[in-house]
Amino acid sequence: MKAETGVSTAISLPISVRSVTKTYGSFAALDDVSLEIASGEFITLLGPSGSGKTTLLMVLAGFIRPDSGGVRFGDRDVSLVAPHKRDVGMVFQNYALFPHMTVAGNVGYPLRLRGVGKAEVNARVHKVLELVQLGEHSTRNIDQLSGGQRQRVALARAIVFEPRILLMDEPLSALDKKLREQMQIEVRHLHKRLGMTTVYVTHDQREALTMSDRVAVIDKGRFRQIGKPRDIYDRPDSRFIAEFIGESHFVPVSVRGGTAYYRECPLELPEPPRHASRQQFLIVRPERLKLVSNGGGDGFNVFDGTAREVVYQGESTLLYVDLPDGIELAIRLPATSAGPTLPQPGAPVRLGLPACDAILVPGEGAS
Amino acid sequence: MTTTSLPEPVIGREPQAREALNAAALRKQVRSEATALSALSLPGLLLIGAIALAPIAWLFWLSFRGKSGFTLEHYERLLHPAYILTLQTTFELSFLVTAICIALGYPLAYLISQVGPRLATMLMLLVLFPVWTSLLVRCYAWLVLLQRRGVVNTWLQDMGLIEAPLRLMHNFTGTAIGMVHIMLPFMVLPLYATMRSINRDYMRAAANLGASPVRAFWQVFVPLSLPGLFAGIIIVFVLCLGFYVTPALLGGGRVMMWSMQIERNVTYHSDWGAASALGVVLLAMTLGIIWGVGRLIGFDRIIGGR
Repeated sequence: MKAETGVSTAISLPISVRSVTKTYGSFAALDDVSLEIASGEFITLLGPSGSGKTTLLMVLAGFIRPDSGGVRFGDRDVSLVAPHKRDVGMVFQNYALFPHMTVAGNVGYPLRLRGVGKAEVNARVHKVLELVQLGEHSTRNIDQLSGGQRQRVALARAIVFEPRILLMDEPLSALDKKLREQMQIEVRHLHKRLGMTTVYVTHDQREALTMSDRVAVIDKGRFRQIGKPRDIYDRPDSRFIAEFIGESHFVPVSVRGGTAYYRECPLELPEPPRHASRQQFLIVRPERLKLVSNGGGDGFNVFDGTAREVVYQGESTLLYVDLPDGIELAIRLPATSAGPTLPQPGAPVRLGLPACDAILVPGEGAS
Repeated sequence: MTTTSLPEPVIGREPQAREALNAAALRKQVRSEATALSALSLPGLLLIGAIALAPIAWLFWLSFRGKSGFTLEHYERLLHPAYILTLQTTFELSFLVTAICIALGYPLAYLISQVGPRLATMLMLLVLFPVWTSLLVRCYAWLVLLQRRGVVNTWLQDMGLIEAPLRLMHNFTGTAIGMVHIMLPFMVLPLYATMRSINRDYMRAAANLGASPVRAFWQVFVPLSLPGLFAGIIIVFVLCLGFYVTPALLGGGRVMMWSMQIERNVTYHSDWGAASALGVVLLAMTLGIIWGVGRLIGFDRIIGGR
């Protein structure tokens, strides 16, 4: 049964992607990709451009036919189902609002296609436009709207027919930073309220971390890591993930007998190394480092180096430090401690990485 | 490589000037640019005035001039049944040719807009190729094809589809066939330009919202292609109204168009007044149609191809 209000509840469906492969010539856009998405989950496909994230979304929407593989929405196998019979909402990157229809015409279109009566179309369009705070704009033409308003109309049009699955293809990338951050929160609230399974595509790692229940990082047509935002950021599986999400510097270490050594000094780790390979990297994020006074350093892995460059960034200051063997580290200092106490370039600096933040990843090439 | 010790930039302060800095010189630059632009367009404007506007004004004046000064007799004569019949033929033929051009041109333009860029270029060349050959040559080619013992009739008879040869030229049918052939590129070009600019995501969005391919085509693609369609209709219809060569050749004197009446009045009767009145009426009708369509959907949409 459809809900009586049009937008108050939506039933969600789990999505199952099994062994989907799509190649263009010799280029594998999707290389044997499988993914299980829980009912009502907000999952983000995050990856650099050309990684295959949009291709996967287009496969879900039915616009791209994979070479092989299957897609299920709940119990229904949609692998061979045409796009217009899939019943999924979608927000396009360029919004794709029909310029020959008004706001209400656009939002009501999917309802009219489903043979909903005129009065009910009007009521549901009104309701959903209220929800995205565009109630008084229903008779406007699309070219009279600002970017943010278009975004809301596109969202309203995608959810008005109560799809159980919502697909979003970089929907906020055309907005400026302030509006984008505001819309991130709004989309998140909307998802909490309506509860449909949502697949969100972005190349913006901060957006992915802000919005998602889970993040699936994709590169060269394969998933590199799938997990909760905090896990992805704090416990990356590979050097690629650590480099792609957040800012990271890497210190080469050698692992022998469950202990990691940097220049023959053993490191304090929160857990024994997860990988067996001998050559590994310690991830050092600028905001996890502390300036440590000489002599101090209990509970820290300590690195002695030379200050090279100070970069002022407003809310914080970044200090680049060279270690004796040429490895570069950076430490982020909050604005309150900036100013005269900053080490000057050329001065010796002692950096401490808390033991609990010392995460190792295998060298690239090792699995 | 340090960025911390950049010298303080020195910002000079002008003493209070009466005129804002460089304002006069900047204004002068704007003025001289405007002058240069008008100077560049002046030859073109003069040329248009000399070869287009002046003759039209001259025609207008002639059409009201009889043996004894001002007269309306040239216009009164246009009410004669022969002229009314010509007007009717002209409009019938123009409507028919425009309609056939839409029926043939729309699917063709759609096809070209949907295929890959290389195939599209090739197809466009095929569409444009006739435009680059002489109008007269194309008309005589149709005479060869359509005559009583011509290629078309021979084929149809050989295939056993007809018993006796069809009358395909020196009548309405032949004129229409020839005119459609000449006019088709003028329908396809604006249609193709508009269709190519329609983002594929519109059709995807329609499908995603639940529209079958047929509904998406009629409810989304066709409305978005209307500016190109109207541009094509205006061009084809207006060109048809004043068309002379093809109807004269393929009509064989049996299909009387407005333009042929003008020619007759000048060559046979040397009646410049009557010819001018005919020309003025044709011009007025053309402008009226353009104005009407423009009011209906807006010129910026047609010209801008949005």
